[in-house]
Amino acid sequence: MLKVENTQVPVEFSTQLLAKFADKVSRYPEGKQKSALLPILHDVQAEFGWLSVPAMDKVAEYLKIEPIEVYEVATFYTMYLLRPQGKYLLEICRTGPCCLVGAEKIMDYIEQKLGVKEGEVTPDGLFSWRGVECLAACGFGPVLQIGPEYTFYENLTPESVDQLISDLRAKASN
Amino acid sequence: MGRKLLLEHINVPGINTFDVYRSKGGYASVEKALKTLTPDEVVEEVKKSGLRGRGGAGFPTGMKWSFLAKPEGVPRYLVCNGDESEPGTFKDRYLMTYIPHLLIEGMIISSFALGANTSYIYLRGEMMPQIRILEKAIAEAKAAGFLGKNILGTGYDLELYVQPGGGAYICGEETALIESLEGKRGNPRIKPPFPAIAGLYNCPTVVNNVESIAATVPIIRDGGDEYAKIGIGRSTGTKLISAGGNVKKPGVYEIDLGLPVEEFLYSDEYCGGIANGKRLKAVVAGGSSVPILPANLFMKTVNGEGRLMSYESLADGGFVSGTMMGSGGFIAFDEDACIVRNTWNFTRFYHHESCGQCSPCREGTGWMEKVLHRLEYGHGKMSDIDLLVDVSKKIEGNTICPLGDAAAWPVASAIRHFRDEFEWHVTDAATAVTRNYGLAGYADPLVIAEKAG
Repeated sequence: MLKVENTQVPVEFSTQLLAKFADKVSRYPEGKQKSALLPILHDVQAEFGWLSVPAMDKVAEYLKIEPIEVYEVATFYTMYLLRPQGKYLLEICRTGPCCLVGAEKIMDYIEQKLGVKEGEVTPDGLFSWRGVECLAACGFGPVLQIGPEYTFYENLTPESVDQLISDLRAKASN
Repeated sequence: MGRKLLLEHINVPGINTFDVYRSKGGYASVEKALKTLTPDEVVEEVKKSGLRGRGGAGFPTGMKWSFLAKPEGVPRYLVCNGDESEPGTFKDRYLMTYIPHLLIEGMIISSFALGANTSYIYLRGEMMPQIRILEKAIAEAKAAGFLGKNILGTGYDLELYVQPGGGAYICGEETALIESLEGKRGNPRIKPPFPAIAGLYNCPTVVNNVESIAATVPIIRDGGDEYAKIGIGRSTGTKLISAGGNVKKPGVYEIDLGLPVEEFLYSDEYCGGIANGKRLKAVVAGGSSVPILPANLFMKTVNGEGRLMSYESLADGGFVSGTMMGSGGFIAFDEDACIVRNTWNFTRFYHHESCGQCSPCREGTGWMEKVLHRLEYGHGKMSDIDLLVDVSKKIEGNTICPLGDAAAWPVASAIRHFRDEFEWHVTDAATAVTRNYGLAGYADPLVIAEKAG
């Protein structure tokens, strides 16, 4: 059973999004368009914030593959979000090297600061957070990333987390 | 001062752009390869260089290339493995961020040597900034005539694309990477057939690490024999080491292979010693999957010889008293670091990242994580320690891909070298838990209740 938010709200792909899809498909040999699946799912997620079943079905239709082929990929890779998150999803590296330099303290701090547990959304819909495995920035820990651009924030301290959240709040209100 | 073959120009302003990279001698190796050498001669230079795969396995790159099947009328592919996700390793991200054209130049040389006309750089999806950097650099190289049709008028064609993954450590395994590049789950394939015979789209394919591909640039520029003069024994050339954990100066360093570990760890040119005046307790020398070594065994082999940063020296003593170079992901642990907690943390990583295809890995990593969790949080039994050793042995060597070994080795080696610390977590659970509780983001509710009295 898919652990996907149950919604049947239909989605429409814009002309611009379809142009991105076409560019991706052009990178592979004739008949191998399924190779574009992961990049296209990233594009869809960047556009809609998460991957709903109707969105995945539409991707399957576009790539001329079965919907199950999309579901099995979307549920395998951790970057694909199968339920809505806050506008800003803070993903904090929780693996060994980052923990050695205080990642767990930063996760505790973010939980207190935002007032929501891992995986929950703040009442204003702005923030979610979760621990993720190694982000390949072990020398600059603790680190977190924020999609869809996957901007990295390194050498985190409670003060820099305060600044980041404040900046994101200001950005959202503009 | 160590020599720099890959990072020589990394601090030059604008080196991420084609024009500045070119002004520093960039793409001269492409010109040399395409205009003066045959593909077989390029392969021969790489063989002569002694370059070993920099992703972790350390297999000779030139030999790997020479295994590539060359049937008529069938495309061949080069795929760059940029799915860097091994805890402790961050050298490829650094290289691609600051000097992307070095990788692109290496991709052109390597693709030419292998007869590939379409090549892919597979990057872990979280590296979206690096994907944008590489795509911009590819566009610049193409505009300058170094990619596309009839490169430099030599008749050689090459298209180069960047492919994002979806956030799965297993895609660093070459056949899982190929599955992912084909738009599927990253489940490793049973080998043989090896990718050199049947890889991407069932065609002959070579998968090489970012650093290996970048290293072809100085190899072609200076010649394979010159490259082989650097280093020691079968560990030739330079190597990027990413240093993290409790060192004073974390970062990415290029070293000549054969550098004494003491110099790497304590000299100001590299790590600068252990942070906060603490003593060194243990080292993971090549990424989280290689065996952990206590400080004394890391500094000297059992024969009392000074350990060197080379494939052979680090492996001296086998897994009893040695370790591996791996990917060069160097993690130092100071005297306050808790080996049990770190082992639990690493095991959680491997449990999370197991693709689930093989039962020993899928079930075994979860089992180890549970046992380590109860040891870490003060509910362990003395028999749990031998249980962990037993489970790790049942995973090792019994899976399709090396992720099972990678999960087993940290556990087995931590118990081998730090058994007393595991026992202390059982006999003095309250003290052990209290010591680590302040660091715990995910404290066990039972422990919280106990602490609350």
